Amino acid sequence: MATRILTLIAFLLALALTPLPAVAQEDFAAQINALGPGSFADRTKAMDVLVATGDERVPPVLQALSDGNLYIRESDGKVVIASKAAGGLQLTDPVDGADLGVLPSGELEKIKTNNGLRGKIRTAIGKLTLLSPDQPTRLSAAQSVLKNADPAMLELLDQAISAEADPGIKSTMQMARALIVLKTDAALEDKRAAVDLVVAQNNRAAQTVLRNTLDTAPDELKPTIAAGIDSIGRTLAVWDVGQNLLYGISLSSVLLLAAIGLAITFGVMGVINMAHGEMVMLGAYTTYVTQLVIQSVAPGLMEYSLAFAVPAAFLITALVGIGIERGIIRWLYGRPLETLLATWGLSLVLQQLVRTIFGPTNKLVQPPQWMSGTFELWNLSFTWNRLWIIVFAIAVFIALQIILNRTPLGLQMRAVTQNRRMASAMGIRTPFVDAMTFGLGSGIAGMAGVALSQIDNVSPNLGQGYIIDSFMVVVFGGVGNLWGTLIGAVSLGVANKFLEPYAGAVLAKIAILILIILFIQRRPRGLFALKGRAIES
Amino acid sequence: MITQMLFRALDRKAIWLVVALVFIAVAIPVANLAIPEGNPLHLPNYMVPLLGKYLNYALLALALDLVWGYCGILSLGHAAFFALGAYAMGMYLMRQIGARGVYANPVLPDFMVFLNYQDLPWFWHGFDLWWFAFLMVLFVPGLLAFAFGWFAFRSRVTGVYLSIITQAMTYALLLAFFRNDLGLGGNNGLTDFKDILGFNVQAATTRAGLFAASALALALAVIICSAIVNSKLGKVMVAVRDGESRTRFLGWRPENVKLFAFVVSAVLAGIAGALYTPQVGIINPGEFDPANSIEAVIWVAVGGRGTLIGPIIGAVLVNAGKSVFTGAFPDFWLYCLGGLFIFVTLFMPKGIVGLFQKLKPRKGKEASSAAEAGEDPSTLPQPKPVPEPAE
Amino acid sequence: MTDKSGTMLYLNGVSVSFDGFKALNHLSIIVHPGEMLAIIGPNGAGKTTMMDIITGKTRPDDGEVYFDGRTDLTKLDEAQIANLGIGRKFQKPTVFESHTIWDNLVLALKRPRSVLAALLYSESPEDKARIEEILETVRLTARKDELAADLSHGQKQWLEIGMLLAQDPKLLLVDEPVAGMTDAETVETAKLLKQIARTRSVVVVEHDMSFVRELGTRVTCLAEGSVLAEGSLDQVSANPIVIERYLGR
Repeated sequence: MATRILTLIAFLLALALTPLPAVAQEDFAAQINALGPGSFADRTKAMDVLVATGDERVPPVLQALSDGNLYIRESDGKVVIASKAAGGLQLTDPVDGADLGVLPSGELEKIKTNNGLRGKIRTAIGKLTLLSPDQPTRLSAAQSVLKNADPAMLELLDQAISAEADPGIKSTMQMARALIVLKTDAALEDKRAAVDLVVAQNNRAAQTVLRNTLDTAPDELKPTIAAGIDSIGRTLAVWDVGQNLLYGISLSSVLLLAAIGLAITFGVMGVINMAHGEMVMLGAYTTYVTQLVIQSVAPGLMEYSLAFAVPAAFLITALVGIGIERGIIRWLYGRPLETLLATWGLSLVLQQLVRTIFGPTNKLVQPPQWMSGTFELWNLSFTWNRLWIIVFAIAVFIALQIILNRTPLGLQMRAVTQNRRMASAMGIRTPFVDAMTFGLGSGIAGMAGVALSQIDNVSPNLGQGYIIDSFMVVVFGGVGNLWGTLIGAVSLGVANKFLEPYAGAVLAKIAILILIILFIQRRPRGLFALKGRAIES
Repeated sequence: MITQMLFRALDRKAIWLVVALVFIAVAIPVANLAIPEGNPLHLPNYMVPLLGKYLNYALLALALDLVWGYCGILSLGHAAFFALGAYAMGMYLMRQIGARGVYANPVLPDFMVFLNYQDLPWFWHGFDLWWFAFLMVLFVPGLLAFAFGWFAFRSRVTGVYLSIITQAMTYALLLAFFRNDLGLGGNNGLTDFKDILGFNVQAATTRAGLFAASALALALAVIICSAIVNSKLGKVMVAVRDGESRTRFLGWRPENVKLFAFVVSAVLAGIAGALYTPQVGIINPGEFDPANSIEAVIWVAVGGRGTLIGPIIGAVLVNAGKSVFTGAFPDFWLYCLGGLFIFVTLFMPKGIVGLFQKLKPRKGKEASSAAEAGEDPSTLPQPKPVPEPAE
Repeated sequence: MTDKSGTMLYLNGVSVSFDGFKALNHLSIIVHPGEMLAIIGPNGAGKTTMMDIITGKTRPDDGEVYFDGRTDLTKLDEAQIANLGIGRKFQKPTVFESHTIWDNLVLALKRPRSVLAALLYSESPEDKARIEEILETVRLTARKDELAADLSHGQKQWLEIGMLLAQDPKLLLVDEPVAGMTDAETVETAKLLKQIARTRSVVVVEHDMSFVRELGTRVTCLAEGSVLAEGSLDQVSANPIVIERYLGR
């Protein structure tokens, strides 16, 4: 049995891959042209012929017919697919997909359809696509059947369900079938079975199906359906929490990336770097430039451009950071408010500089294949880039912990944080440590910029959007403590996403800001504040 | 006691400033209205609201200086108080439009008709009365400052933490005012004003009057600020700035002192905003932008904080520079502004006023400190802070 | 412990710890009205922490702190405690450097501390007289219009003592008043403190043994947050534990 199926599949594959013989090609063209002239009955006949071929080029043609996009070219009577374009209609050959140029609409005749024909077209397309070997085609076909719930499809659907191997598609088909059964005058028992089947799917689509059937269903089934809606609702509520949590964690990872460099410069050095957001922005532009370079030097490596962009961004922003520390900030130690103003000024200069060099418009950063698209896990849906950013944020956090706790530089940084004078007395070159710390903090902001370039517009204003949020995270988490920053980022991110469904994005953000303002009053030094005398002086 | 205060307020420096402002309040309208066109002393119409705007900014800067220069509170949210005053005035001006709007609704402003409002929101009531609107110009910024300061100063949020949460405050307001359902015009704000106190806002005479009002409001603010900073309270404010916890051990309550300064400052900023709206002709949420607050800080820093004339000079100079630069080299302005921030904090900590003070040494032994001016913190307006009384 | 009535300052079993480090460990100290007490002890003995607790800067984890036999200081904040009549001089001279010496004293002068009172305040003849008198006492009359920033280290110490006097406190807490002073200044300071102690209670924390001897008063030696020995300087410095833990080091 199995071998026979395999043979069949091999055969079908071979069929799909083998170029069709020229004769068949001409036949097919003629069959399609037959759709044009004649009455609706002729058209139905022509359609049946086309459907019988089982050709995969048929569904788009029928779809075009149904959508009113199928025309006859008056010059030669050829049937063409048309779409609106400047100066008339853009024509495509339905046989080989060739571009037939643009013609004014006066030289074309629209092929008319009516509701009966459109119904038949749907069924025909469903037939062709539901049994198509191509999985996405089957899925979209199943979804379209579910949407229209055409009783005429029932038989076909049964056939497709028994042949279907993919559980996701099968579930959609079964729901479609149940919906159709409920529409028909099938026996009550059949209907009950159909409802049970839908309830068993236990997902949002099933809930929608049940809601749609509630009014038309027989009275005996209504309680069952209502109970089903409720029970699915309860399940979904649980999944909603999960989904919000996932969104929240995603936001948290972004906040963490943006804030963690700030936590270092602010925490270790007490320096308010208002140009921190611009370091993120520079990181994003580094990604853009890296891609430009790779595109022109080694296009084959585009898929791995981020692997080059991350270290490049780190190095460039770290160097810029060291430059800022040596050039501006070190003259202002002990005057945090002045530092704040000077670095703000610097942020304006950097923004304008980038605007001058790259222009004010958004730059396109190509996402690699492995970072695009979405995936679904149980009832949760998620995009790959968000997932990778979470992974990246965790990796950066761990790397930083290692740097701070396991390297000599980290030891010196911690020493300087706790007691600058003592550290300096013990021979630690505090100016060097300051420069390195600032470089590290800025470099991490740059790496954050690489990640953010995947989900945000790469523009000169990129950094500004993150600076206030980053400060909130650091201040909330407590200065001088990376764990505090982590927990700050996670709590703010998750709280934001949980508030959003109730309050909307803007109000949620306002609420979070107000909560932080109130929180700071309670604990002026954040969630995880260092205690003791050293901090106060 | 009050006369004594007034007497103290009008010390030599302040009185010259007040006299100069009163002179401007008369001279500019005269130059615009009475002196005929073609005369070199004639001031073109477009200049009047522009200069008036500078004076409003100067008032904002003075208000900011009262808290920053004298009390050590670096507020990055003063644009919020300015904008609230401006919105209060904007609401009055909207109500004055009456049925002359596009939709000709006698009560509802155009944007409400557009957004299908049936009734006037509760907080719009009363704004058709000028005296109520005027009270709100003082009250709304003052109340926000009081509520915010009450919590912040009592829980001893100081320094950069305070700066950051003031920034968060104005950011939250920015987001809120962008929302259409707040009932304040969403991102378009309030505009298309017609009358103020029965005078046409567009008329040259009204504009001249608004200019005079701006100059006189600034003069009044100088008197108020001078009275405060020259009183014993002013000395306490400076003491709080230099050593908050030391003042506490002397029995003062820094939180109350700061709260007073913050509220007075917010009210002054609100007045500045209220005079700004009719001269500019529009108020929108962009005024809440945290960047605006920080820009106001740089005016104060450029002019010289901890003095009364410094912020006024700074605000007028920087904004005049902005007008010139954004007209002539629009791409260059941000470099200038950013560079100004860096230059002033690094090399001119006492601002322009500080430069003059350096040229004209104080009587007595000043040779030493004048020589090391610049880097030596003891010559900064914010001198060596009193060490916190820890070990 | 003994009854707290009739005491000026009463600390009983006071403990406080920072992150597990016990800065004070069941510290008990009594100061009577009109009495001067010198406190000596090694670094980290808890002297400054003790002052922080009395002045409300730090809250004790445990124990009683009473002023004037009846006021619980642990319930009050710094400003309330200062207004009760407890003045404090810090280890590092902390004067307001951007104010003149005169203004420093005006700020310290015992007058209503409310915002309104400060706004409407004007110097009365008796206030002026009082400030002149204090300036005489701390020998800064000639420099009264100069900025405090321009004073020498020793003069700042004296200005701070002058500010203490202007507060008119019942109890003075003086932390290392002669640090950085010349020998002559030290002797003068001792005289000044003794003069002050005639009418008020004074607690002096000091490392300088010759200065403590100069004061000629009761001495308490602290170590590791509790009292090691009490008595006259001779008794305390003869105490073998004190020698081992403090003097002998």
